[in-house]
Amino acid sequence: MKRVGVVALNTFHEAVRDRVLYNLLFFALVMMVASIIAGQISIGIEETVMATLGLSAISLIGLLIAIFIGVGLVSKEMDKRTLYALLAKPVRRWEFLLGKFGGLILTLAVNTAAMGMGLFLALVYVKPTLERGDVTVFVAVYFIWLKLALVVALALLFSCFTTPLLAILFTAGIYIAGLYVQELRDLPVQVMSPGMTVFTKWLSYLLPNFENFNIMAQAAHSRPVPGAFILQNTLYAAVYCAIVLTAAILVFSRRNLK
Amino acid sequence: MTVECFLKKNVDMTPPAIETENLTKVYPHGFLNLKKRTSLEGLNMQVEEGEIFGFIGPNGAGKSTTIKLLMSLIFPTAGSARILGKPISDIEMHRDIGYLPEQPYFYDYLTATELLDYFARIHDLKAADRKERVPQMLKKVGLETAGKIQLRKYSKGMLQRVGMAQAILHDPKLVILDEPMSGLDPVGRREVRDMILELKRDGKTVMFSTHILGDAEMLCDRVGVIVGGKLRGVGAPEQLVDMKAQGMEILFELAGQSTAPLLAKATRTGDRYRLQVPEQDLYGAIEQLRAAGARILSVSQVRATLEEFFMGLVEADRAQAAAVEVSEK
Repeated sequence: MKRVGVVALNTFHEAVRDRVLYNLLFFALVMMVASIIAGQISIGIEETVMATLGLSAISLIGLLIAIFIGVGLVSKEMDKRTLYALLAKPVRRWEFLLGKFGGLILTLAVNTAAMGMGLFLALVYVKPTLERGDVTVFVAVYFIWLKLALVVALALLFSCFTTPLLAILFTAGIYIAGLYVQELRDLPVQVMSPGMTVFTKWLSYLLPNFENFNIMAQAAHSRPVPGAFILQNTLYAAVYCAIVLTAAILVFSRRNLK
Repeated sequence: MTVECFLKKNVDMTPPAIETENLTKVYPHGFLNLKKRTSLEGLNMQVEEGEIFGFIGPNGAGKSTTIKLLMSLIFPTAGSARILGKPISDIEMHRDIGYLPEQPYFYDYLTATELLDYFARIHDLKAADRKERVPQMLKKVGLETAGKIQLRKYSKGMLQRVGMAQAILHDPKLVILDEPMSGLDPVGRREVRDMILELKRDGKTVMFSTHILGDAEMLCDRVGVIVGGKLRGVGAPEQLVDMKAQGMEILFELAGQSTAPLLAKATRTGDRYRLQVPEQDLYGAIEQLRAAGARILSVSQVRATLEEFFMGLVEADRAQAAAVEVSEK
């Protein structure tokens, strides 16, 4: 496990050197513009607009990083053949994969935490008094991070057996489909054949339910989130990530490098 | 059992550094991967402990495929291999192996010092050892002043040197180098050659692939010649090309004209001539030349070179491939 940590730290190092965290400047710019606009167009609901805009920006920026860098975690190493020297050391392929995964979710943790803090400070700035429910914004940021961890795991899995372009398309496709899991479960059974009913039911449980992680409305209205819900989402993300990463390890362990 | 017998038995039981048995790699290709291309066919080979073994062959012969199989970067279609007595699937055994990939490329956002430190951490070297070992290795490969420069600013030759440094960083028992002289200038090649010889002096086993036959002839205790995915010969370079002299060459000087019949067979460069004669005719030829007023400068044996042996195999392989193609048509 020590080697997983070494690979993870190097992956984080790479993200920092490749200026991935520069997106924070972009986010700061978004927040500045948002606070100006919110102040002008919305009377009394500045913090709602700010929270919604801020959390959407955190989610979008994180998604772009998770998908594009997540897909490149393995494929870039194979294309550039940087992997050869590493796998010739006493590093098992699963240690490499978990290290890469750990490194990117660490990068995303730093990134989302910094943006979350920026958003909170912006909310404090526009809001006259603080309430207990205002910390929900941190829970929302945590849920975004959980969602991003899941997206990274999927990107990693697809990049283990297909081209980077297809891996991006598959990951983005699953993400979009995962936003509509509840709709899939709510499809009227009466209008579908029995086979289709079973298929949609299984599909809805197979797809990651990304809507689970969306508590933007609660955060915007400073509504507290129950602890059981936080625990449930954490376990859901952990179990789903474990399953996807196991699949990725199984595929990658049998893969011939070029 | 006498002590000598006991020792001999136990010495003989030392496993070879590398041992392959019917090692085969077939790649599927084409539409739906229905076609097969054999990159390596039934490789049976041993590299003994402490020797320098050269793996030579033209481009695409299967040298890199063999090395990648040994390093578990790709997996065999059939057969097996053992390194230092352990199966190649045992990744822990990589602690005792140093590997330089062909045309190495490393994380270019790191400096050479950071890269070596990273690999040293992977090898579980303690902080104090890393602090001592990393600058030592950089010095060894002549990069002591470039250690703090990012690898993206390195030339191909410098990357090759970093590659050598990371391969021997953890003091491995066996060093496998894939085309270590590739991309190096004559000075760099000389340094790598010296490094390989130094590794042997330190008791390491070195296996390296190359298509530069002069390097192999100069360095190797034994070579394996691979052509078209098949091993065509293994042995000491001089055994492979047959030590027996193919004839004698006389180098002589001759000022002015002469009508000696032997001169017609000689090759002239200025006032100097080279003449090849069968070994049994040597003394007669020398007498004739002296009688014609020639000054004998040297007499040497003519032997086949590794290159001639190698080219013979390559040409035979090409002829065979062409014949198969014609028969398939």
